[in-house]
Amino acid sequence: MSANRLFTDSCARAVKNERLQKVLATATATFKAKREKAMATLADPDARRALAARVKDNALARLPELLETLERNVVANGGHVHWARDGRHANEIIAAIARDNEVKTVVKGKSMTTEETGLNEVLQEQGARVFETDLGEYIIQLAGERPSHIIAPAVHKNRQDVADLFTEHLGVERTEEPEQLTLIARKALRDEFLRADMGITGANMAMAETGSVILVENEGNIRFSTTTPRIHVAVMGIEKVLPGPTEAGIVLSLLARNGTGLKMSVYTSVFSGPRRADEADGAEEFHLVLLDNGRSRLVADATLRQSLRCLRCGACLNVCPVYGAVGGHAYGTTYPGPIGQCISPSLSSESASPDLPFACTGCGACKEGCPVQIDLPGILQHLRNLAASGQATDPSLRGGPPLSARAAAMFAWTASTPPAWSAACAAARLVGPSRAAKVPVLGKKLARWALKRHLPSLGTPFSRRWPALQRRLKEQAPKEHAND
Amino acid sequence: MRVNLFVPCLVETVVPEVGEATARVLARAGCDVTMPPGQTCCGQPVYKTGNLAQARKLAERYVHLFDSGTVVSPSASCVAMVRRYPELLADDPALAAKARDLAGRIFELSEFLANVLGRTDLGACLNARAAYHDSCQVGRVLGLHHEPRALLAGVQGLTVLELEHPEACCGFGGSFSVQFPDVSEHVLTNKLNDILAQEPDIVVSAEVSCLVNIRAGLEHLNSPVRALHLAQVLDSREAAS
Repeated sequence: MSANRLFTDSCARAVKNERLQKVLATATATFKAKREKAMATLADPDARRALAARVKDNALARLPELLETLERNVVANGGHVHWARDGRHANEIIAAIARDNEVKTVVKGKSMTTEETGLNEVLQEQGARVFETDLGEYIIQLAGERPSHIIAPAVHKNRQDVADLFTEHLGVERTEEPEQLTLIARKALRDEFLRADMGITGANMAMAETGSVILVENEGNIRFSTTTPRIHVAVMGIEKVLPGPTEAGIVLSLLARNGTGLKMSVYTSVFSGPRRADEADGAEEFHLVLLDNGRSRLVADATLRQSLRCLRCGACLNVCPVYGAVGGHAYGTTYPGPIGQCISPSLSSESASPDLPFACTGCGACKEGCPVQIDLPGILQHLRNLAASGQATDPSLRGGPPLSARAAAMFAWTASTPPAWSAACAAARLVGPSRAAKVPVLGKKLARWALKRHLPSLGTPFSRRWPALQRRLKEQAPKEHAND
Repeated sequence: MRVNLFVPCLVETVVPEVGEATARVLARAGCDVTMPPGQTCCGQPVYKTGNLAQARKLAERYVHLFDSGTVVSPSASCVAMVRRYPELLADDPALAAKARDLAGRIFELSEFLANVLGRTDLGACLNARAAYHDSCQVGRVLGLHHEPRALLAGVQGLTVLELEHPEACCGFGGSFSVQFPDVSEHVLTNKLNDILAQEPDIVVSAEVSCLVNIRAGLEHLNSPVRALHLAQVLDSREAAS
């Protein structure tokens, strides 16, 4: 995605897509309702959120130590651990494993982390056939698109779209029945599962103490991807490590509730190394790729660090008015919505639009809905501060602020000088917003604002009305009090 | 009780009638209302766009301007801004202490009436069907969900209607509405549709910014629904037709 393209321009196109609006409205409303119902089954939802936030913060505070413990225990379990600086490095590591093992077919469990690194293209370039096996991911793979929601990658597609895709790509008789469509995908993927020599998944979390990776899913495709192929590669962001089962249990109690609105995912799998001699299932080789890709930068900033609590449940997307208006693709980043706006500028493999931190009304719905209480609007404010102060080390934050430093300084000077402020207000009244909108340069934005709004007319300002009002209030005061 | 009126810039220039209504309601509640001169802007526009150095200048000015007594404002976003001053001015301990003092004695109007004075019946009377919009800054940011509703319930003749999505943003967000006009309009349209579906006579908000945005949207549609600030409803003394 080009860094020059502004999010606001993508928004202009996205809001015109009425079909998208309809799909988004239904999907986000359903997610919201299910989440609320699921959270209500906890005795004290807010206490649980606070607890999970503490669990994540504690783990992030001991990140280097936990990662080393995890590595030690994965190796002790017979697995391999790889450290990837960035997305490209992770892809190189995985491509090398595939080459060394002459991998021809890869089945993938749903993984946003490998979307972040762009792994599929790299594997395909070296001749491997790569199949997404999560139904939503499979649909968008056929369409040649990227996920538009963290947990519902094909949320922007309706059943007619899926019917069109399946008819075109799989040569099946057209049906719009969801059950039938699912069966078609199941049948098409089954052979590939059995043929695959490598299964690649993400990881929802890892337990350092036991050297295990935990994966949650509802379709069974992840478990399938990790049991039939000879090699299982799990790709995990370094922030996902937890000390052990106690902490994992707390996080699990919130993940499904806030994602799909289930108390627990249909499948929760714990992988502790490759198949042992006495075990019937599992991969012969297990690789864990630990991905940094800018996460260390997030750890280093006390405010941005909070964003690493994220469980990738997608709850913030479903309540965000901006996401609801434009959908995930408009953002141009792997992770859309509030959490995407917070982390994308720091992720090495993303070229985030510089206006992303400003694409927020400050409504606070995301903060209220986050299962780990991430102060998403606060993080966006922090990114705005960095961008406006010119301190942003990341080039993607330059050029985003709507108010130039000079304009801000002029505004502050005027507001610090009451006669100048009064004069500016008087000038605004004299011209009036309707006429000001006709001024070529200055009025352009005002005119745009007024496309769907009636500009106000400005009358006598409050400060000039006040002396008379104050007199009247003083005269009436005794009367009113007598009535009380 | 002596109350210093905090006049948001939108009230000063765009909706002065909201300031008048606020002053009258406070006077009716028994307050001696004064307005410290020299009020301009609390710094919110420069703060929200990341210009902290400029926001600090304006914050410092307001800390001195409101150096004593109770302060009340008909704008939750301005009150929320002033409550950020201690953090904003943290580098200057003496100033930060004064900012903390101010943050502890500034109140949004409904908060002041319901929680400080303990008054929800101010003798207002308005025959109308009213839809209430939970402004994000009033509800989520200041946590005032119950207070404005309790005050509306105290208005004689008023039928309060609940929106399907009372807590949904109106899409304003200050400079957001200029930088992201398409999204802003889309969100506003959803809000207006929700309001119009209730077929109210008036829509009420306790936040000036939302009020100006929603009013401008309704007027563009030539809708007969009037957008009123909570203060204007509480200031109503006659049965409307």
